[in-house]
Amino acid sequence: MNWKHDRFWGVLATVAGVGLATPVVAEQQDARIGDAEAGKEVYDLCVGCHEVGPDAGNGIGPHLNGIFGRRAGSVEGFRYSKGLSREGRLGMDWTLETLDAYLENPKALVSDTRMSFDGLEDKADRDNVLAYLRQFSDSPQNIPESAPTGRAREVGLSQETLAIAGDPEFGEYLSNECTTCHRIDGTYDGIPGIVGWPEEDFVIAMHAYKRKIRPHPVMQMMAGRLSDEEIAALAAYFGDLE
Amino acid sequence: MTLNRRAFIGTGAAMAAALAAPAVRASNHGKPRVIVIGGGAGGATAARYIAKDSKGEIDVTLIEPTRMYYTCFFSNLYIGGFRDLSSIGHSYGTLAQSGVNVAHDWATGVDREARTVTLAGGAVLPYDRLILSPGIDFVEDSVSGWDVSAQNKMPHAYKAGSQSELLKAQVEAMPEGGRFAMVAPPNPYRCPPGPYERISMVAHLLKEKNPTAKILLVDPKEKFSKQALFEEGWNRHYAGMIERIGPDFGGDNVSVNPDEMTVDIDGVVEKVDVCNVIPAQKAGRICEMAGITEGNWAPVIPHTMQSRVDENIHVLGDASNQGDMPKSGFSANSQAKVAAMAVRGALLGSNVFPAKFSNTCWSLIEENDGVKVGASYEATDEKIVSVSSFISQTGEDADLRKQTYEESIGWYSGIVSDMFG
Repeated sequence: MNWKHDRFWGVLATVAGVGLATPVVAEQQDARIGDAEAGKEVYDLCVGCHEVGPDAGNGIGPHLNGIFGRRAGSVEGFRYSKGLSREGRLGMDWTLETLDAYLENPKALVSDTRMSFDGLEDKADRDNVLAYLRQFSDSPQNIPESAPTGRAREVGLSQETLAIAGDPEFGEYLSNECTTCHRIDGTYDGIPGIVGWPEEDFVIAMHAYKRKIRPHPVMQMMAGRLSDEEIAALAAYFGDLE
Repeated sequence: MTLNRRAFIGTGAAMAAALAAPAVRASNHGKPRVIVIGGGAGGATAARYIAKDSKGEIDVTLIEPTRMYYTCFFSNLYIGGFRDLSSIGHSYGTLAQSGVNVAHDWATGVDREARTVTLAGGAVLPYDRLILSPGIDFVEDSVSGWDVSAQNKMPHAYKAGSQSELLKAQVEAMPEGGRFAMVAPPNPYRCPPGPYERISMVAHLLKEKNPTAKILLVDPKEKFSKQALFEEGWNRHYAGMIERIGPDFGGDNVSVNPDEMTVDIDGVVEKVDVCNVIPAQKAGRICEMAGITEGNWAPVIPHTMQSRVDENIHVLGDASNQGDMPKSGFSANSQAKVAAMAVRGALLGSNVFPAKFSNTCWSLIEENDGVKVGASYEATDEKIVSVSSFISQTGEDADLRKQTYEESIGWYSGIVSDMFG
């Protein structure tokens, strides 16, 4: 899937560089979970048993308000199957990933679930219905720690884009995200300075965060969405700064 | 992965249109002109980045009425006694050195047809691009009995500076065993953990000076950010001091009487010594005057932070309706860099890379007990979505909490130098 994103980058850079309003046709990988409007129709399959929205209550199945981030089998007043209660005790939370697996094949995730539903084979249907349902859980604008409302696009770069990455401007642009916390003058003040850090050490450290070997949640998050080439560009930029 | 062909073409076209803009510059002027209204985390960052990265090729004017800017972030730490007021005040001298023209005046009007901004002093300034980063104003009558004329009796302290000073002084003057009340705001509002960090800081101050005093938190919301962390901390550090009344018990049905110093919670009248009213919020008034708001906020195109109503205007930070980013200084700073890049691309044809956004909010619960929440975000055509998030955990050990607090101090100095140079 990466090439689609690459092409998006390439296109942006081209349009920006040349300033031409050439009509562009390309497919972009969208960071949204899915199309919530289309998901509302898919949800018709669920309404016989599950309520969602203002004043939703338990029916044949539990209500689905606030399901994202909720422990499995934890809606008060609902009697769950042994299977779902067990998964909950084992620590399973409903996330984009677990819900997707459950919707694809309920019995694969929870063997003795009482939800009599064959599953949604089509990934797009699952994405869409999950996008629809996500609207009824906490909003990240108000509760920043709540479950994500999108999926990070995998970052990968084509040859075209690599040419841009060599541009110091690219490293400098990427560095904007770092300088909110790390001072560009290199001062240490609770947050380590990263100016003039040897290139190789920088690269190794970023990959360690990316692989979640180094334990810092902010850095794991920041490095987690940098491609190898972006890490290299940043390392080069900060390595040369004085 | 969702593929959305139609949506992308839309973006491409918008981008192309935006990039075609250099042809229509303000007349009789060599350089393209950018006006930034509001010198906070969004506006100061945008002004500085445009001036710095265009290397003098764009004329940047920042309009900000106050000469000394007090950051809202860390103003709770001032109230708690962990910072001096002067340490959260910043003047605009360094921005001028980075090549930004700073005008200390009120913007009183925007003519979108003529592309001009009128200042209270009478000047009319033309722009090619306008950046609005005015922060918040309060929704009138959102707390019955309170309006801005009552802000000296019942401070909001939700714009930092003299209001923060007043609130701190009132807390310090409380009689022994007195009562502090806060009326918390409804969603969405600036700084989601802010009211609860403030409760923590007031509790810290009272624990030192007036340990039998009580805190009443009246909240219209069922839940709030970092709730488990705050509640754990309140139990640990301030046991028995803080009572929260949520909507189940009438926390969403509140009126105040500033002359009597009373709070009416669902018909029960409480006499208090200090009352911190944080009203419902909306975009800074200049957005409404420019005619770019829908409801209380100004909707924007996530990829560039351009107003959905007028492509020559970008809206940053609290005032914008962008989707899933919280209204915070960190968010505004992050959005400002995306907008600065888009503006330079539009006016100078420089490279425009895909937007990336992030946010982290640190809060202090008690001395050396810091916590944080953060997320990264991506632009879609519809809104900015969150793609990953993290939060401090309950039960973390004291060393980690101390390290988190120290990190927040580092962040403060980082963002301030990123804003002002």
